[in-house]
Amino acid sequence: MASYSTNEFKGGLKVMLDGDPCNIVENELVKPGKGQAFNRVKLRNLMTGRTWERTFKSGESLEGADVLDIDMEYLYNDGEMWHFMRTDGSFEQFAADKKAVGDTAKWLKEQVVYTITLWNDNPISVTPPNFIELEVIETDPGLKGDTAQGGSKPATLTTGAMVRVPLFINQGETLKIDTRSGEYVSRA
Amino acid sequence: MSADDWRPGATMEVLRARAGLMRRIRGFFEARDVLEVETPVLGHAGSSDVHLDSLSLQATTPEGPTRLWLQTSPEYHMKRLLAAGSGPIFQLARAFRDGETGRRHNIEFTMLEWYRPGFSLEDLIREVAGLIETVLGAPLTALRQRAYRDLFREYLSIDPLSDTPETQAALRDSAARYAGTDTTAWSRDDCCDLLMSLVIEPQLGRGGLDVVVDYPASQAALARRRPDKDGALVASRFEVYLEGIELANGFDELTDADEQQARFEADNRQRQSLGKPPVDADQRLLAALRAGMPQGCGVALGVDRLIMLAFGQTDIDSVMAFGTARC
Repeated sequence: MASYSTNEFKGGLKVMLDGDPCNIVENELVKPGKGQAFNRVKLRNLMTGRTWERTFKSGESLEGADVLDIDMEYLYNDGEMWHFMRTDGSFEQFAADKKAVGDTAKWLKEQVVYTITLWNDNPISVTPPNFIELEVIETDPGLKGDTAQGGSKPATLTTGAMVRVPLFINQGETLKIDTRSGEYVSRA
Repeated sequence: MSADDWRPGATMEVLRARAGLMRRIRGFFEARDVLEVETPVLGHAGSSDVHLDSLSLQATTPEGPTRLWLQTSPEYHMKRLLAAGSGPIFQLARAFRDGETGRRHNIEFTMLEWYRPGFSLEDLIREVAGLIETVLGAPLTALRQRAYRDLFREYLSIDPLSDTPETQAALRDSAARYAGTDTTAWSRDDCCDLLMSLVIEPQLGRGGLDVVVDYPASQAALARRRPDKDGALVASRFEVYLEGIELANGFDELTDADEQQARFEADNRQRQSLGKPPVDADQRLLAALRAGMPQGCGVALGVDRLIMLAFGQTDIDSVMAFGTARC
């Protein structure tokens, strides 16, 4: 893998730091008038999701990280691993472990396309689409006519996710959910 | 490139106000009988400063194809005017520094540089404060002078001028803590520069103007060196800070041609050790110093930054018509 000098650091570049792949978020030049220039860099550790702030002497370099974001369709769970397939016609499959899937497990639905981040060809994170349509498998019976008033109740979706829904929603209905906030958007 | 890139980074309101501030700057110097000069943006010599990267270009001149340098400041040319007997001079110059891009940096920027033969550093510091008040249109609430050494003692409990192995280790440890990176290969000045930039600078210029004086002798650039009140060798230099931003850098100017030549050579030795290309000494500047430049002080002030402060902006792009990203 190539290495990158601080002057090539820009948002989205993937580099290795302390053994983990990181995504550069921000790079700011800091320079005393008559002295050494530095780059104050914000990086997101792709393994832990945590943001690091590090300062480098301008011109220092970091090794690039072999990280790719690829669209893949979710296939199935074998009890231990979650299996995905590329959508480019290659039918190439990848298995993601619990650590890579993390909280996304509750939004996994067969045939939906997710973004899989691969590091050295191994999935390290799974990002759901912003909106997903899921069926309600359990909730209290809907209240007829109550379509405009406030109030909400819990509902369990096919993937096991629990969301707050309006009182008029019935079991068996399909709902549009915002995966970023985990909130109900509308009937699908 | 985006569809909106053709638009200026600054609003028309800011550009109009900027023009007004430029008039005030010119008025300030006219009232003090300081002559406005214009010197070339291109020169046969570039800056040897180890931490500045000059841009150069190939030009066809009467001597044939020649490499010319975009000036990192108008310093060399203005000093030649001083040696030729100009008396006090100022310039609103365009300066270029390769690679310097960010919220407070743009590769091409406007520098106000002026020279005062016969002035002491104290005289010039007062004049810089006066200029800033004129541009901001309000009196400064305070004007404090702080020695570089005292700042390090106050904020980091380290004496930056001490040469003991313990101090070196303390500087390196402290730099590593604030940088979050490995600093074992960093020089002492690298560590000092980092701590100054990350720890001390953001605290300066709050509730008034802070003027940092008595820099380490190793950071003299083109300033004279002299002993401080405790006998340690320091650089006769100052830097001006307002709202955590470095605005100006002033020197008790070096006028000794032999010492200037020695500094060019020292810069090039350091450049070589850092793998940077050497920069030929400016022979015309040396000749001018040999002919005799009057003793005095000079200062360079970042006009774009001062305008940022005047208009409460946090990004240099928002006070320029077209910053580098839009040019």
